Amino acid sequence: MSERTRRFQAVMLPHMNAAYSFARYLARDPAAAEDIVQDAYLNALRGFDGWRGDSAKAWLLTIVRNCYLATLVAQRPDLTAEDVHGPAEDTPEDILIRRHDAALVRQEIDRLPEPFREVLVLRELEELSYKEIAGIVQTPIGTVMSRLARARTMLGDRLKVMEQIAGGQV
Amino acid sequence: MSACPDKLLLVHGLADGELDASNALAIETHIAGCAGCRAEHERILALRHTLAQAEASYEAPPALARRLETMLAREGAAQAPDVPSRRASAFARHVLDARWWTGAVAGLAAGLAVMVWLPKEAPAAGEDAIINSHLRALLPGHELDVAASDRHTVRPWFAGRIDFAPPAPDLSADGFPLSGGRLDFIEDRKVAALVYRRRLHVINVFVSKADARSRPGAEDASKDGYNIVRWRSGDLDFAAVSDLNSKELAQFRTLFIQRTKG
Repeated sequence: MSERTRRFQAVMLPHMNAAYSFARYLARDPAAAEDIVQDAYLNALRGFDGWRGDSAKAWLLTIVRNCYLATLVAQRPDLTAEDVHGPAEDTPEDILIRRHDAALVRQEIDRLPEPFREVLVLRELEELSYKEIAGIVQTPIGTVMSRLARARTMLGDRLKVMEQIAGGQV
Repeated sequence: MSACPDKLLLVHGLADGELDASNALAIETHIAGCAGCRAEHERILALRHTLAQAEASYEAPPALARRLETMLAREGAAQAPDVPSRRASAFARHVLDARWWTGAVAGLAAGLAVMVWLPKEAPAAGEDAIINSHLRALLPGHELDVAASDRHTVRPWFAGRIDFAPPAPDLSADGFPLSGGRLDFIEDRKVAALVYRRRLHVINVFVSKADARSRPGAEDASKDGYNIVRWRSGDLDFAAVSDLNSKELAQFRTLFIQRTKG
């Protein structure tokens, strides 16, 4: 294995979980997420010379997103209304019955429309800066900010976070 | 109760630590006196708390890590800059040519091969031949004929296999540990190959018997990212090749000569 490949592994493999998590939230499918991540690492390795040495994670996630978008283009005839809009709304009773465990939170994130889902995941789960997110999703920072605010409102309403965190413990 | 429309993004920016000091101070002052903006700020922090508690991030499955490692190994080998594709055809000819592997299997991780070549009617081996032998030695599956860091094991191994005894000085204290040796062929001549290492680099030292027809004083060279240094000691010719930088390779030669005499 060449030194270049070794260096690539040292720099990029630590972000495998981030790449997978982001791909999983974009594709909302475990098998598709794995394929996207493998594709992303392959492209990242081939384009490694173009990495300018700034945030490796942001750079890798940009490629993950591009790979995801490429799969969308390839599959566009198969897109259904549910893929685009998410499953039908649950009743408030359904939501109240469930606990705020990972499955519920993940499900509610999955139901966010994609432009809001991706900025929320990049900010809250991957803890990237506005500037890094703007670079990844290729929109102005102002757009990132308004999408993020909207995403938080939607998700917060669905998870009823204010009721859940009773007594203002935050 | 909702946040002031013109302050909403600043409240989020504050929660995300994206505001500079003066803007942060301004919005904190505003939040203190505005119930709507304060509620928005609390909602952001509450959501963050919920997401953190839920551990909503996914972990990559172990199978994916294995897939990536396999892919990287394959891809890395295919495009490693030290195995340029334009040399592949020359290498393929070597592979198809049974002569070299009948006698010698190149060292697997050999980065530093010292070759000794046996000039007969031909002049000293050319740079391409030396580099090709070096690359062949780097291929996976090409084990050393004798893998040992002990020169007292490596040197006797050549007895009866080649008509001279190549020196194999111990340079490990100088950061050039010996990996082993093998028989090899350079331009159809049987040579002794000693394999040393320097960090991740392999140095192949090819040793051959000098005779009247061998070309004296073949020069050091640098080609395609590989450095070759040559020297003659007694009746033996030496050529060391590696992707190690030329300065350290020259240092290797100096040490090799010193330790051989000592």
